[in-house]
Amino acid sequence: MKTRNKRLLAKLVKDNAGLFVGAALCTVASVFLGFMTPAVLAEVLDHYLGGMPSRLPPPFDRWALDLGAGGNALGPLLGAGVVIILISLVNGVCSFYKGRWTAMASENAARSLRDKLYSHLQELPFAYHSQASTGDLVQRCTSDVDNVRRFLSFHLMNIITTALMVGIALALMLPISAKVTLVSLAVMPLLLVFSMVFFKKVIKAFRGADDADGKMSAVLQENLTGVRVVRAFGQAQKEIERFDDANRDQRDKFISSVHLEAGYWGLSDALSSVQIVLTLVVCIFEAIAGRISVGNLVVFTSYIGMLVGPIRQLGRILSDGGRSMVALERIDDILRQKEETDLPEAARPDLSGDIVFDNVTFRYDGGQDILKGLSFTIKSGETVAILGATGSGKSTIALLLQRMYRPQSGRITIGGHDLNQMDRKYLRSKVGLVLQEPFLYSKTIYDNLRIAAPQAQRAEVEQAARDAQAYDFISESEKGWETLVGERGVTLSGGQKQRAAIARTLLKGSDILVFDDSLSAVDTQTDALIRRNLKERRKGVTAIIISHRILTLKEADRILVLEDGRLAQEGSHGELIARPGLYQRINNIQSGLSEEEEAALDNASFQAQRGTV
Amino acid sequence: MSEFYAEEQAPDRKLNFSIWFRLLKDARSQWKRLGFIAVMMGVLAIVDIVVPLMTRFVIDRYVLPKDTSGLWLFVLVYLAMIAMQTYAVYKFIDQAGRVEFSIAYDMRTRGFRKLQELPFSYYDRMPVGYLMSRMTSDISHLADAIGWSLVDIAYALIFLIIATVVMLVINWQLALGVLAIVPPIILVTIFFQKRILKAQREVRKMNAQITGAFNEGIMGAKTTKSLVREEENFKEFSELTGGMRRASVRSATLSSLFLPIVLAISSLASAFALAYGSNQVLKGALSLGTVTAFVSYSVMFFHPIRDIAYIFGEMQRMQAAAERVIGLLETAPDIQDTPDVEEKYGDNFHPKRENWEELNGEITFEHVTFRYKDGEQVLEDFNLHVKPGETLALVGPTGAGKSTIVNLICRFYEPTEGRILIDGVDYRERSQLWLQSNLGYVLQEPRLFSGTVLDNIRYADPQAPEEQAHAAARMVDAERFILKLEKGYDTPVGEGGSRLSTGEKQLVSFARAILHNPRLFVLDEATSSVDTETEQDIQHAIERTLSGRTSFIIAHRLSTIRSADRILFIDDGRIREEGTHRELMRKKGLYYELYTNQFQEEASRDLLKVKAAP
Repeated sequence: MKTRNKRLLAKLVKDNAGLFVGAALCTVASVFLGFMTPAVLAEVLDHYLGGMPSRLPPPFDRWALDLGAGGNALGPLLGAGVVIILISLVNGVCSFYKGRWTAMASENAARSLRDKLYSHLQELPFAYHSQASTGDLVQRCTSDVDNVRRFLSFHLMNIITTALMVGIALALMLPISAKVTLVSLAVMPLLLVFSMVFFKKVIKAFRGADDADGKMSAVLQENLTGVRVVRAFGQAQKEIERFDDANRDQRDKFISSVHLEAGYWGLSDALSSVQIVLTLVVCIFEAIAGRISVGNLVVFTSYIGMLVGPIRQLGRILSDGGRSMVALERIDDILRQKEETDLPEAARPDLSGDIVFDNVTFRYDGGQDILKGLSFTIKSGETVAILGATGSGKSTIALLLQRMYRPQSGRITIGGHDLNQMDRKYLRSKVGLVLQEPFLYSKTIYDNLRIAAPQAQRAEVEQAARDAQAYDFISESEKGWETLVGERGVTLSGGQKQRAAIARTLLKGSDILVFDDSLSAVDTQTDALIRRNLKERRKGVTAIIISHRILTLKEADRILVLEDGRLAQEGSHGELIARPGLYQRINNIQSGLSEEEEAALDNASFQAQRGTV
Repeated sequence: MSEFYAEEQAPDRKLNFSIWFRLLKDARSQWKRLGFIAVMMGVLAIVDIVVPLMTRFVIDRYVLPKDTSGLWLFVLVYLAMIAMQTYAVYKFIDQAGRVEFSIAYDMRTRGFRKLQELPFSYYDRMPVGYLMSRMTSDISHLADAIGWSLVDIAYALIFLIIATVVMLVINWQLALGVLAIVPPIILVTIFFQKRILKAQREVRKMNAQITGAFNEGIMGAKTTKSLVREEENFKEFSELTGGMRRASVRSATLSSLFLPIVLAISSLASAFALAYGSNQVLKGALSLGTVTAFVSYSVMFFHPIRDIAYIFGEMQRMQAAAERVIGLLETAPDIQDTPDVEEKYGDNFHPKRENWEELNGEITFEHVTFRYKDGEQVLEDFNLHVKPGETLALVGPTGAGKSTIVNLICRFYEPTEGRILIDGVDYRERSQLWLQSNLGYVLQEPRLFSGTVLDNIRYADPQAPEEQAHAAARMVDAERFILKLEKGYDTPVGEGGSRLSTGEKQLVSFARAILHNPRLFVLDEATSSVDTETEQDIQHAIERTLSGRTSFIIAHRLSTIRSADRILFIDDGRIREEGTHRELMRKKGLYYELYTNQFQEEASRDLLKVKAAP
């Protein structure tokens, strides 16, 4: 086990040390009491029925009532019965608290792990989430945490319990007869080792079967998602054969795993039973020789009967324990990732000033430079549009403004304050960013809009929705504002999501608004309406609009044209259409196309007359 | 996810044995095995009952009289019993495993076959995730229940019956005293079992919610940062984990309470056996060994009773899964060839190709009306005539009925009213496979299957000569990228084609369609963008693929639409405009509007992409 795993595990145990210790104490008591019932039986058999002296050590032997010659036996016997019931009751209380406290301790630990993982993941940098695989992370946060929880509640307690049982049993049996004790435990080490070794094989076989199961699922998934192709090519029969291969392989692998497991259980049962017979036989000889009493014969056979199960279990746990350690390691891998940080005494300045990019160079981890010494200034309250080719760094600018990334060189300032020196959460709360493919949470649409402004009043929410042209589709949907959206809810169209995201950002009340191609899925008419509303609304707010729609771009105070990570052109719509360049070409396509088409049509009609169409 | 919630929130329902008998009846092939297992369980129950009797025999026969004669025979018998027990344990586990996985195999085989027959209307209603969980986890759980629950019930019942009889025979007064605890144990078990099951269901529900929350937290991490929602999210999450903790501790507490209470009740029997039995010994009415045997028995009743209660609880829980699986296995396909057609042309799995007519490619919609199952009308009195070899582009807003028209042509659906004629004959008079074998289909999201590139090109005809597959690939310009792959045509494409890019997948799917050489071709064009170079390859591939075949294209790309022989502007299930690109542009109607709105943007994007290319 690696040290850092040990450290994490130790911390989980330490945080709940009281509960674990309490549970362990209860376990000791419960194990001890469990061994007492056969002892009472033995006392009755030997002392009351066999006339031997009491087995209770002095001074307690005074309590062992004498039957007296021909006296009434029922009283003392009932007493023994009562003792058995009392033992069971006290044992019950102990094992109840053992169970409850173990559960509390391990559930506390699991909860703190889950909480820690969740909040840690939230604080990991944007770059981490850009390359993370959701499925794998969720697996680590759920089944790996559950593995650790089971280790604490089940494996750990079982190891402790079994060790205690063996210890207490030894302490009780040795004084009676060392020889019988030795024989009674002779097969136990074998049973333990056998369980460990054989069960490891069983686990391995089942892993192979699980893989086959995964393959079968994959074939099924492929078939179900590709069902149209299968039908269109008339390949149902072949698919059935393909699935049958996987299905059969899965079945056969599981059957042979269970076969192995059956062998394990059969043989370990045999070993356990042989141990019991061995004990019984040696007890018979010792009892007949008068070296142990009938009562002790019962004690030995009972104890051995009680021990074989846990020992066999211990073997299985030890061979399976590795899995929990792997789980712990996978969890720790996440927790070791560095969270985002701010400088000490991070600033929270007023952000209504000018935005300045000063010779900014940026590349993503291991990639090529995206921004190559980019410089520009956006004045406070100005609306600036950005046009650029795919990969020219438009979206990067948006992310840099929220300090999701930091530039490798150069400075980004707002009102003269360097973004790097600001409190990042403060900065993000002041810069509203609407992405092209926004994420909505699994909540009602109402709660989704209020997500960044929980104190917003109903009227404000509705107004924001109206401004983002989201009001109509929300109120017209079946459950209206209570419609559940996101993963588990209604699927909204791309345009609806974009409008909801705009409303959500408007409610947030930002000093700077950045729209990263966030109206791409909205038709041009709605786009225009939204823009008009925004203009009304964002008075005094600095706005950056990334788009490729001329209609959107042309309304900006100023347009920046990015090419290859640099500022290629800059100016108003009127200025830019007059200059040759990317903007002019795009503008020609979007506004001049109809004229071009007219020409094409004339040409077409000419051809039509010639009968070529 | 929502599906899972619904499952977990299912209210308590009465146990419905008829479902289980039905499943058992379906598992006819396993009856013999189940019978054998029951015998093995009987052996095990008897062994467990005999062990205390062996101790009794040892005490009464050897130890107390101090007589070892015949002891070795006794040991031999004991060892023989162990051998029997070992064999029975080994056999019952092995056989129960075989039952479980054979049943699962059979159910999956049937389910899969059914899924190959069910019409697409079924797939529209049932998301892939839903079908996946029916076919995987539901069937696993059911097979597990059938394989092992019966085993446990057999053991429990045999044990309870034989132990009762044995005790009554040995000493009926003592037996009655010990058996008196059985009714209270049953009551307590039922009481707790109900609550424990409910608590466990709550735990599973919370667990599903936590998984969902993690999923959302990770997928939405960027948005969360952007909106500075970390604290609120964490607060909500922490409430969930708190709930999970409470529910789990509650469930564990109930279990921890249940066991001591039952053991306390059992201790009453032990105490009675000890006190009353010993008193009888003193009176000479009972042997010492008998007392120890009864004390042992007194704690053995609880396990079988708990097992039975547990299994009934499990069956109740699994009932919904059982119903869903049976539902899948017994869904009747609503598109089926008539017996006459099957007679002549063969079924989906055994076609009689020798009787198939050549398909020419003339298609006629005659007064076709189509409604979905839920009553939503998509097409009404739709008429269309397509000449063999003609290329039709379908354009119009989403939900206008373009996909429905294509699905009707493929006979993925059939008209609710009216007829669709292929070469002048109602297509319901030919087999589905006949039509589908003449059909080429390229999807918006190309679907490949695990296997090599070559396997995928030859998907429709694995026996096709390799050279033909290469020719098909060359024809759509796919060979260029294929040869660049690690192993060329023999490169595995990964699950669902995951190792290829979208554009590459599209090219392979075109090659696949070309090799299939269909008379009818349907293309549901991708809206997702690929890089410029691939884009051009794909346009080229489309042109090559379409030529000489009757083709329908749900078109999104300008160049595709322009090259069509005829454009249909579909809205509201009707043909609103019809003609060539030029004709429709002149009209300045709906098509013109769509074109100027949508395709201008596309053209700009293309320009921006060209600029981006190095």
